[in-house]
Amino acid sequence: MTIVHSYILRAFCCLLAIGSLFALSVPQLQAQNPSVPTPGGNDEGCTVLMGGVAHLGDGTVIENSIIVFEGEKLTLVANAAVAKGGWESCTKLDITGKHVYPGFIAMNTHMGLAEVGAVRATKDNSEVGDMNPHIRSIIAYNTDSRVTPTVRSNGVLMAQVVPQGGGMLSGRSSVVQLDAWNYEDAVYQADGGLHVNWPRMLNYRGAWGGGGVEKKGEKYLKNLDKLRSFFAEARAYCAKENTKGQKENLKFKAMCDLFNGKQKLFVKANYIKEIIDAVHFAKAEKVEMVLVGGNDCHMALDILKENNISVVLNKTHNLPRRAGEDIDLPFKLPAMLQEAGIDCAITVGDGWDGFWDQRNLCFEAGTAAAYGMSKEEALMTITANPAKMLGIAETTGTLAEGKDATLIISTGDVLDMRSSHIEYAFIQGRPVDMDNKQKALYRKFMEKYGKEIKQH
Amino acid sequence: MKQHLLNRKQIMNCFLLLLACLLSFTDVFAQETYPVNGVHDTRDGKYAFTNATIHTHYNQKVENATLLIEKGKIVSVGTSVRIPKDAVTIDMAGKHIYPSFIDLYTEYGIAEAEKSDHKWSDPPIYISKKDGAYSWNSAIHPEIEAAELFKVDNKAADEYRKLGFGTVLTHHQDGIARGSGSLVLLHNDRENKVIVNDKASAHYSFRKGHSPMSYPSSLMGSIALLRQTYLDADWYAKAKPQDEEGVNLSLQAFNELQNLPQIFTVVDRLTALRADKVGDEFGKQYIIKGGGDEFMRLNELKASNASMIIPLKFPEAYDVEDPFDAQNVSLKDMKHWELAPHNARLLADAGIEFALTTSDLKKKDSFLKQLRKAIDSGLSEEDALKALTHTPAKLVNASGEVGSLEQGKIANFLITSGPIFDKKSKIHQNWIAGQKHVLAPIKDKDLIGVYDLKLGDTDYTLIAKGKVEQPDFLIKWSNKKKDRVKVNHKQEEGRISLNFNNAKDSTSHAKMGTGIVRLSGWLSDDLKTWTGKADLPNGEWVDWSAKRTKEDPEEAAKAADEEEEEKDKKKETAKKAADTPQEKKRNVLTPITYPFLPYGWEEQPTAETVLFTNATVWTNEEDGILEETDVLIQGGKIKSIGKGLSAPSGAKTVDATGKHLTCGVIDEHSHIAISRGVNESGQASSAEVRIGDVVNSDDINIYRQLSGGVTTSQLLHGSANPIGGQSAIIKLRWGMAPEKMKFEGADGFIKFALGENVKQSNWGDSNTTRFPQSRMGVEQAFIDHFSRAQAYGEALKGGGNVRKGRKAAPSGSTVRRDLELDALLEIIESKRFITCHSYVQSEITMLMRVAEQFGFRVNTFTHILEGYKIADKMKEHGVSGSTFSDWWAYKYEVIDAIPHNGAIMHEMGVTTSFNSDDAEMARRLNQEAAKAVKYGGISEEEAWKFVTLNPAKMLHIDNRVGSIKAGKDADVVLWSDNPLSIYAKAQQTYVDGVCYFDMEEDQKHRKAIKAERDRLIQKMLAVKKNGGKTQKPMPKQKKLYHCDDLGEEEHEDFYHEHHKGHW
Repeated sequence: MTIVHSYILRAFCCLLAIGSLFALSVPQLQAQNPSVPTPGGNDEGCTVLMGGVAHLGDGTVIENSIIVFEGEKLTLVANAAVAKGGWESCTKLDITGKHVYPGFIAMNTHMGLAEVGAVRATKDNSEVGDMNPHIRSIIAYNTDSRVTPTVRSNGVLMAQVVPQGGGMLSGRSSVVQLDAWNYEDAVYQADGGLHVNWPRMLNYRGAWGGGGVEKKGEKYLKNLDKLRSFFAEARAYCAKENTKGQKENLKFKAMCDLFNGKQKLFVKANYIKEIIDAVHFAKAEKVEMVLVGGNDCHMALDILKENNISVVLNKTHNLPRRAGEDIDLPFKLPAMLQEAGIDCAITVGDGWDGFWDQRNLCFEAGTAAAYGMSKEEALMTITANPAKMLGIAETTGTLAEGKDATLIISTGDVLDMRSSHIEYAFIQGRPVDMDNKQKALYRKFMEKYGKEIKQH
Repeated sequence: MKQHLLNRKQIMNCFLLLLACLLSFTDVFAQETYPVNGVHDTRDGKYAFTNATIHTHYNQKVENATLLIEKGKIVSVGTSVRIPKDAVTIDMAGKHIYPSFIDLYTEYGIAEAEKSDHKWSDPPIYISKKDGAYSWNSAIHPEIEAAELFKVDNKAADEYRKLGFGTVLTHHQDGIARGSGSLVLLHNDRENKVIVNDKASAHYSFRKGHSPMSYPSSLMGSIALLRQTYLDADWYAKAKPQDEEGVNLSLQAFNELQNLPQIFTVVDRLTALRADKVGDEFGKQYIIKGGGDEFMRLNELKASNASMIIPLKFPEAYDVEDPFDAQNVSLKDMKHWELAPHNARLLADAGIEFALTTSDLKKKDSFLKQLRKAIDSGLSEEDALKALTHTPAKLVNASGEVGSLEQGKIANFLITSGPIFDKKSKIHQNWIAGQKHVLAPIKDKDLIGVYDLKLGDTDYTLIAKGKVEQPDFLIKWSNKKKDRVKVNHKQEEGRISLNFNNAKDSTSHAKMGTGIVRLSGWLSDDLKTWTGKADLPNGEWVDWSAKRTKEDPEEAAKAADEEEEEKDKKKETAKKAADTPQEKKRNVLTPITYPFLPYGWEEQPTAETVLFTNATVWTNEEDGILEETDVLIQGGKIKSIGKGLSAPSGAKTVDATGKHLTCGVIDEHSHIAISRGVNESGQASSAEVRIGDVVNSDDINIYRQLSGGVTTSQLLHGSANPIGGQSAIIKLRWGMAPEKMKFEGADGFIKFALGENVKQSNWGDSNTTRFPQSRMGVEQAFIDHFSRAQAYGEALKGGGNVRKGRKAAPSGSTVRRDLELDALLEIIESKRFITCHSYVQSEITMLMRVAEQFGFRVNTFTHILEGYKIADKMKEHGVSGSTFSDWWAYKYEVIDAIPHNGAIMHEMGVTTSFNSDDAEMARRLNQEAAKAVKYGGISEEEAWKFVTLNPAKMLHIDNRVGSIKAGKDADVVLWSDNPLSIYAKAQQTYVDGVCYFDMEEDQKHRKAIKAERDRLIQKMLAVKKNGGKTQKPMPKQKKLYHCDDLGEEEHEDFYHEHHKGHW
């Protein structure tokens, strides 16, 4: 039994055990804690996936594919009919009829920063203060979260972990891979994103204050000015050639990478006029910007396209913000962006459910496929496009030779809950244990009731 | 013309009259308790107004008539009035006399209720803190009497008088049972003199106002509290329960008010219907003070038989110059703006009796302007007058005193320069109880004519033309058009002053300098000669005089050059046209849709006969999934299922080849379509409140969910307290009024809740006192309530009567009917069924055991995320499980939730469904069903039942819906694909055979929405361009309620993340 096989077996040991196929697996089950599955080990050997329908994430599909990876990287992604071999010595996995996809990337999430929504003690996704560029999400990232394995078993293998709350500048995000011992082990790209909560233009008063709405404007412009000043001062700070003897300003210092192009600016804005102002802001600051949220972006297609801004949409499974809008507007928004030539990613968002509900990420994309996108285009919104926006597209996001072997294998169309069932996953070549606490509870009680374990 | 002029004697009389007005009237023969300071000055106030057009009633007028009044009362009216010699006679030739107006909805002379100093962060108040033997709830204060609070306020009265009002009904505008109202006159006298009827009316609303108490916290709570008050008052009157209740002054007062006109204030059309329903229950026909949006539900309001009091508050146009801002104005608001001025006339057309009120206007003095708008929008002048005189008088049983001009009535009348609603007419005087109030002096001197003007040494022609009231003056010095100048004038008593601008010194042939030429002088007795002094721009003082040479108005106009005048007229008409583009009387431009929202119907669709051919039919019956099968629906029912069915004549045939036909999706747990609050959180038990009282037919999410194949929803109370409220089961009949959406004959259900929400775990530190605060306490709360209900049931039986229905306690019974215990007793008697919000296994087991102890079964556990741990116990108890497919991690009690929960419960034989608890997910419940296949591997056919047949079973409606079976309701959905697939779209959704959603129709709706928006935007732009007022648009969205939402807010702001709540 090869190492790879043993991992795969371990991932599905219970299924096999109950099915009485491999009695050997039982002691392994007892040795594990399914709530916190053990990260996959490094395997220097090579693995070949044979006969799968490969969805490369760049729009192409290979119906009968051969995919080989050695160590972390993919060494061959080809049509089985024309591939010339060379994988004979590799561990073979016959996946005929199954579907292979790049692992999904969850954008703008607080996965690993929060464990139980209503329990404050478990939340590390928001810091106090108006300007917090110095705040780094990565150090709070919990690799032992009980939530992460449930998301991972639905194909999300990487995430942009974002400090979301607080003031206008909420901090810096990092990209992690979701099978790690600790945060240093998890980090894929450190501190690559700087996050702005764009000031709000519309000021509402609650029902207690009369239920009406305040006049807009004043506070918004003040906040905007604050933001501009902060950027200007930070830029000046970073321009200093010699900072010896100067008192260090952590906030300004944290901005320098943005100004020298090593960081991207992720701006969360939803109202059309705010979106326009944010785009102009980024243009004036000459920084690379990604729009996050973007409810109204269908009204801003021109300006987004013109300025080469990509958009991370917050959910397709959403309701229109205005009663008279097309009832399917949130469903078709990705297609509208796509048609306008704007790169679009979809996330489950930064709301109350923005961490655990990432497990439905592929279905958010599925809806985009039902409303105007092709399935392959929809797949890109959770694979290649996020990788591009994060600046990690050279090494991940699609299935291509030389890139990471970060991929999933599903029984059927992964975008449709009717057929989405992920059997195997690999992160940088390492097999991922697909078990989780929820599956364990399922097994536990099916066993109690003496019922047969089915698909899980 | 001359007969219009008053003679000197009459002028003198006027003067006396004015003097008289300064002093109060006192009847010489009458006795009173008030001492007099000084000599007694009592007068008869005997006046005869002659030669007037007198509008005795809103629909009757007498020309050349006389009105005779004395001591503040009308002595006689008509053409043959004998004028006593001691009457002051005033010639009112050319003038009109009307009964003065009546406003039934004011707080005149009553100080606004004081705000409580109870802060949000203070501990909640559960029992009223009011001193005295009053109601337990401080929103119930029928004991408040307007006459006791009332104080004459001459300044406030003057505001009303200026608008033509003589009488108002005033009451303390606060709380739910507000107390009595007083009918008062608006003249300036002592309180006891102006009150016509101290207890003229009783007042109610559904707003607790300044009451700081926790209960009620929602609209449905207010409704329940009022209903309970009726029952309590009845009990108090009949049972005289002195031993139990003691003295309750509030209930006593409540009973005393019952025979008065009952006036109910609401904020909108749907709440008007709700109020009327409460009235029907207790045999009351309320007069309803509405919100001005009645036109949106006219038919139902007409059917309610309620008379109404209508404000003339019209929304301002929105500033839509910026197209992005315009996006923030909903089509509903735009249409409301256009139609609001038509409201009154639409009510009149519908035959609904109504009075008008100045209430709700930001500025009271805009009332007449608003009234003109209503008239311009088609309200007949007669209806307007009726709504201001006859109807209000009738509604408060005061037709014997006010509202028309007849012998014996109070001398309340208006003297106007012309027909009262004419744009140019003025109200000169407002007489109240014989007391005169001058609003605009009567200009009685007819100066129209052509004059020879001598200014210093120079001769000019001075022309006065137009109306006697407001003549236009001009001076010309040749017949050339440029040789003329407009003259400003002011005439008062026997004096006149004139001024004009001498722009160039060549204006006249005299050198007087450029600037304003000012003349002041006096009139001769015959008004033919004017003389005086003038100050010229060059500082010189000269004499001037003018002699009338022609008196005929036509000649005057001719002299002023008619050609010129015509041109002016044309200009004016052109300007008017620009002011009101396209607007024509009685021409409603925007169609009224049902509901009054985008995607509403102009005409409600009806049941069709439809043959679906060659479909894949998911029967949910023994037949399973049938390929290539036909289904016929007819008369709102499923008629037949089979192959090769033939279409009856008139049937629509839908080719369903490659498509799937299913029954409609049923959402067991929904909070859409609810008005003003989903939780009555003010008490640990609110079993008495009913979602059925607050169903909101006008929620866009109904339509959106139809597009996801949903046809039936259970609207649940929230989970803020252990015993929540009664739920409503509705069919999504888009466009129908709330009552018509309800699932006919469905069993009653009630929401219970367990865990973190009911023990207020996540409510912050100020909410730690309401029992229970732990799961331990929750059990005891249930046992306590059920024990009380049991005792209540025994007591009802003990009265020797077995209760029949719930409408009334048995005759002779002295048991107080208690709406809360009624509901709980129904549960014990298995006549009402529990849907219980639940998470962890311990509490789930606990509730089953409590139910068993009281001899009933829990019907459904909703959420039930740990149901899988005790599915065997659930099966044994016989309870259903309605769960989420895959939610977890949002709070501590869902830490062990698993997506396989549904499948496990199902495998164990528990009737299982997936619900939404969420307006967004509800339209994708078909996809949620697929997750029972993905997690747990049950068959697609069984999974589909999770969102159709199984919830139907839980709701006891599976005899009518939940499967495709001949005889069941034609609630069917045509899907483009396998309904469990994410790619499946509902192409058509039928409820009772009515196609409420059709993808193609939807596209037409979208086009129509756009066209209508574009038209209204242009119209609003025109308003702004012409200097009209506009308001800033702000985006609003309908609030999406969830289990733990508190309070009454209805709208969310733009930024509000779609938040599924905390369940």
